[in-house]
Amino acid sequence: MNTTTISDTASHHDEHDAPTGIARWLASTNHKDIGTLYLWFSLFMFFFAGALAMLVRAELFQPGLQLFQPEVFNQLTTMHGLIMIFGAIMPALVGFANWQIPLMIGAPDMAFPRLNNWSFWLLPAAGILLIATFFVPGGAISGGWTMYPPLYIQGGMAYDISILAIHILGISSIMGAINIITTILNMRAPGMTLMKMPLFVWTWLITAFLLVAVMPVLAAAITMLLTDRHFGTHFFNAAGGGDPVMFQHIFWFFGHPEVYIMILPAFGIISTTIPAFARKPLFGYASMVYAVASIAFLSFIVWAHHMFTTGMPVGGQLFFMYTTMLIAIPTGVKVFNWVATLWRGSITFETPMLFSIAFVCLFTIGGFSGLVLALVPVDIQLQDTYYVVAHFHYVLFSGSAMAIMAGVYYWLPKWSGRMYNETLGKLHFWLTAIAFNITFFPMHFLGLAGMPRRIPDYALQFADFNMISSIGGFMLGVSQLLFLYNVVQCIRRGTPAADKPWEGADTLEWTLSSPPPYHSFVTPPHIK
Amino acid sequence: METHPHPATYYVPASSIWPLVGSVALLSLGAGFALLLNEQPVGPYLVAIGAGILLIMLIGWFGDVIDETQAGKHAEQVETSFRWGMVWFIFSEVMFFAGFFGALFYARNLAVPMLADAQILWPGFSASWPTAGPGTDATITPVAAWGLPALNTLILLSSGATVTWAHWGVLQGRKNQLLLGLALTVILGALFIALQIHEYGDAAFSIRDGIYGATFYLLTGFHGVHVMLGTAMLFVIFWRALFGHFTARRHFAFEAVAWYWHFVDVVWLLLFVFVYWL
Repeated sequence: MNTTTISDTASHHDEHDAPTGIARWLASTNHKDIGTLYLWFSLFMFFFAGALAMLVRAELFQPGLQLFQPEVFNQLTTMHGLIMIFGAIMPALVGFANWQIPLMIGAPDMAFPRLNNWSFWLLPAAGILLIATFFVPGGAISGGWTMYPPLYIQGGMAYDISILAIHILGISSIMGAINIITTILNMRAPGMTLMKMPLFVWTWLITAFLLVAVMPVLAAAITMLLTDRHFGTHFFNAAGGGDPVMFQHIFWFFGHPEVYIMILPAFGIISTTIPAFARKPLFGYASMVYAVASIAFLSFIVWAHHMFTTGMPVGGQLFFMYTTMLIAIPTGVKVFNWVATLWRGSITFETPMLFSIAFVCLFTIGGFSGLVLALVPVDIQLQDTYYVVAHFHYVLFSGSAMAIMAGVYYWLPKWSGRMYNETLGKLHFWLTAIAFNITFFPMHFLGLAGMPRRIPDYALQFADFNMISSIGGFMLGVSQLLFLYNVVQCIRRGTPAADKPWEGADTLEWTLSSPPPYHSFVTPPHIK
Repeated sequence: METHPHPATYYVPASSIWPLVGSVALLSLGAGFALLLNEQPVGPYLVAIGAGILLIMLIGWFGDVIDETQAGKHAEQVETSFRWGMVWFIFSEVMFFAGFFGALFYARNLAVPMLADAQILWPGFSASWPTAGPGTDATITPVAAWGLPALNTLILLSSGATVTWAHWGVLQGRKNQLLLGLALTVILGALFIALQIHEYGDAAFSIRDGIYGATFYLLTGFHGVHVMLGTAMLFVIFWRALFGHFTARRHFAFEAVAWYWHFVDVVWLLLFVFVYWL
């Protein structure tokens, strides 16, 4: 895709502004350092929210109440979801954006380096608030990450703290997205036309647009929750002429684009790794761009498919069912293009490629179960069952999270200048892929058999599958320690990596040294 | 053609402590506000500390950027970044108001009629607008659109004209026209806020009066906060203009605030039509 001539890479002036010590991280204006901060923060939150999931699986290991009272169980599921979404997946993808977008378009940094640092440092502020909610009277929020009233209006102090934490996260996301859009629109190297940009950059451009469009709507929704809680408004109270269902409409107008915010950059990572390890250009580049844009557009007109059982006219159900099914078309375009890229490629199976291929297979399963849930009559049976839990973990864990792991293994040699341990990486992959399926595949059966989610106890008939699922869950959790170990070992004592360790990699960052100079592309490269 | 200093490369600022200061400010504000809402005595102090730190951060950070601009460190490419940044920031604000307008339209056209149709919970409730909801007998007398709100519309539209006149002033290098236009705009903005406060004082209903009170006060209240912010920004621009910071070619800070001011104008027009008038 990019045949490049690099005029100047080695002579970059590292002496200019390469701060050391703690100030380097606290006051950084360097996209690489800020990207690293994002990635470490998300890894910490991934383990924190993962530990909550371990507790959930421990409670569900056997029927009956084992470890937690129901309200504590609901706090665990709610905070697992909220932190995984806002603390782990989204910051990890923004970390990739920070590291990769300037390197891939030949820019010296992000457009607004200080704003970039603020976007990051707001995350620990919000993280402190969210984690603190476990220790306030009444405990953390327990009504599910979707924050539906009237439940959300009745809770204690944790509910207010969480609203304000989400406001802070929203400010961070909006500023981050504005920074990304501006960087891509204004800072591409000469010759880097829009249709020459690596697909990862394209997916982030569209994702950033979605963020700017919907995070403020979430801010409006949770502001209304806050005023209903403390200032006597009746937005979600029928006695005052409001409607709790209205919250669901506003929330999901944010919420559905939000799930694409978490998957589109993952598509971008996979669209980078698969061509690299198949040693072929991405099949159907232009159609991939249009597919991502179509998915983003459709994400604005499908929101009520989360609400088929809440009550809606049949006309509305039909509209949202058909628009939801339409999403399968651009998504199918992407899956077929990935497969076509593999076709007759000279494929090798390093760890990033293993994760990428698992992504294509397992994400597609999640896409298919999404199609099943799009059907109104089926969804009415499956709403709030473990089938839904299985579906969104197939798109979010084997989708977003495994794409993030593929991306980390793929770019870690560039970022750190060292190679990770390939054997450990492959072990991590196989344990993760197997444990993931042991954990979540049985949930399809549980959901079809009618096991409701967000309940700490269950009927005896569900016992076997739950025990299998819990064992898989513990395996999945422990396997991730291998990931942490491998990353830390790589950074500390990995063997030095070549500038371009992957034979088929063809994007701009591989023309730089590994690790790249502190300030790269100060003089923009010329793209032919 | 290039009459101003034109650095060869994109300006990447050195390390800055302000982002971290801003994060501490928002942490203190967020925690303090939550504690305040739950009647914890420490809450107001944390809010005050957070607001103070935020103010220091804004002054320090914007001060740095202004110094860099005056030192000629921002090449044209940097200014283009500022333009894109402001455009997308205003777009995010549009979407914030869209959330509240969505609530207004949903409540008025769907929720209230459905409550009247159902008759299960509140028999005899009939749909009307404004309404305080079926759970109360209270009736709402709305603010008459063609009184104070119409005057406020005239004031804001005039302020849009004065800020444009000030823009012509800076484009043609007429500093006095720029300053006079900005001063008039600030005065009109302050007048709008004063009249809005007066209107709130006279209104025959409160934020607690059902969905009408809720949508009315949140929409007009958030708009009012934006007018205050815009007025403060215009005042800073007036001050900078006084010190001769703007030339016919380089005056993006002025333009950004003018864009913001027009955005606040447009939101008001929508408010006038959908909240006060129809």
